[in-house]
Amino acid sequence: MTIRFAPFALVLLAPLLIAADKPLLVPDISARQVQIRYSFTGAQLLLFGAVVYPGGRPPDRQVDIAVVLRGPVQSILVREKQKIAGIWMNADSDRFRSAPSYYAVASSRPIGDLLDERTAAIYELGVHNLQLSPGGGELPDKERRFEAGLLDLRSRRGLYSENPHGVEINGGVLYRATITIPSQVPIGTYTAETFLIDRHKIIAAATRDIQIDKSGFERSVALAARRHQLLYGLTCVALSLGLGWAAAAAFRRRF
Amino acid sequence: MDIYLPIAGQSVNAAFIVVLGFVVGLLSGMFGVGGGFLTTPLLIFYGIPPTVAVASAATQITGASVSGVMVHMRRGGVDLKMGAVMIAGGFLGSFVGAALFRLLQSSGQIDVVIGLLYVLILGWIGSLMLLDSLKSLGYLNTSAPDPSRPRHNRWVASLPLRWRFYSSGLYISPVAPFALGFVAGTLTVFLGIGGGFILVPAMIYLLAMPARIVIGTSLIMILAVSAGTTMIHAITTRAVDIVLAGLLLVGGVIGAQYGAILTTRLKPDLLRLALAIIILLVGLRMFLGLFWHPDEIFSIEYL
Repeated sequence: MTIRFAPFALVLLAPLLIAADKPLLVPDISARQVQIRYSFTGAQLLLFGAVVYPGGRPPDRQVDIAVVLRGPVQSILVREKQKIAGIWMNADSDRFRSAPSYYAVASSRPIGDLLDERTAAIYELGVHNLQLSPGGGELPDKERRFEAGLLDLRSRRGLYSENPHGVEINGGVLYRATITIPSQVPIGTYTAETFLIDRHKIIAAATRDIQIDKSGFERSVALAARRHQLLYGLTCVALSLGLGWAAAAAFRRRF
Repeated sequence: MDIYLPIAGQSVNAAFIVVLGFVVGLLSGMFGVGGGFLTTPLLIFYGIPPTVAVASAATQITGASVSGVMVHMRRGGVDLKMGAVMIAGGFLGSFVGAALFRLLQSSGQIDVVIGLLYVLILGWIGSLMLLDSLKSLGYLNTSAPDPSRPRHNRWVASLPLRWRFYSSGLYISPVAPFALGFVAGTLTVFLGIGGGFILVPAMIYLLAMPARIVIGTSLIMILAVSAGTTMIHAITTRAVDIVLAGLLLVGGVIGAQYGAILTTRLKPDLLRLALAIIILLVGLRMFLGLFWHPDEIFSIEYL
């Protein structure tokens, strides 16, 4: 039996892996923490990693990878405008108890080619497979309409996205995907999930957490507004009075 | 240059916000209006959440009116007694407005009510001012002014308990300016506007105050009520974004100075004509907005 020389990083892992008969995902993210500062206009995260196969040899056929980044779940009310007596007004509404505030999926091939619908739905792969937990008791027609409206709205804001060719795989072992986060995402714990897909089956999965948080000045402002409302309000009023007075004083000489 | 707003939770173009503040400040200094009827819709259109837009616009209105008030004070164009009566009415009105706002918000009809109110008020005030300024500029033929017309509105004159307002040269019941302040205060919280564009014409047409005093007095009323509204929002909705307000203020306070300088150089009738046209245009835009297919059929509310 010959010993194969795997890449250096894998050599270290090798003793752990020889016993396993399933491939293992070793994922990582370019940043475990995203700090929102005054200049924050969104962030680009690189989700990358390696697939470690038993025996260190990748299979001859192509395997596929899908990565999912999702934000904290929110309970929301979606309202729909309708034309009533010529005027557009909110007419109908539906609740969704578990809509992710952010959701992005990238895969090496379109999800539809990788998995059957049932599996994709179980793992919530693809924007249309999100489990939004609608309010219940509503007609399926209405629920579908509201779900489509919500998905469309958030897709156009860059909050929900799908990139069917967003994962690049090198030598069947290394993979990388870039995911963009817009500036209006809420803070909280985000999860990055990576799935290894082979012959329409998910054969390995791994999860990493990312913290998105305000820092520095932005953090203290957000905290002050929540905890010391009175003081914060007075500061705002003082700021406006001060600036107004300063401008008036500066312009006095012009008259 | 992009800058992140900590309360709104998104980044905006700082230069755009400063310019917006400047334009609104210019109007504020020129006409004695808060300018909220422009700031709030524009911020919302830019993508700022409506509650944050309304709350932060109120803060900006305070700053823009400070410099205006100071300029008019120096010129003796403020009736402090009249202002105090209207401020008292304004505070009462803002509490009532806040309660109404919450009621309509929970039923989801706040947008339509705001739209309809804007159209009605702007259309009414705007056309009134337009007609009047056209008449006084001589573009419209009018029969000679009716000599039997009393100086005060008959309804105002019939109110009991008259006070003397020396700066305005009026001897009227304080109930009228108090009611006026109440309406303006309600609108400040309700529509995110200072209420100046209602106060100014109402003071001219209903109270018959001299035009020289009107702008300064309405500004001091707006100053007090918008500061109160900022506090109400900071405590209840917590939607005041100090960074957004600061950016608006930097442009706003400077604009207000230039606006006040312009007032002294322009004919007051022309000013009134210009304000009437702006009010009518905004009203027309809001009117069409009710019937046009909205950009977004669906909207999201966080529970």
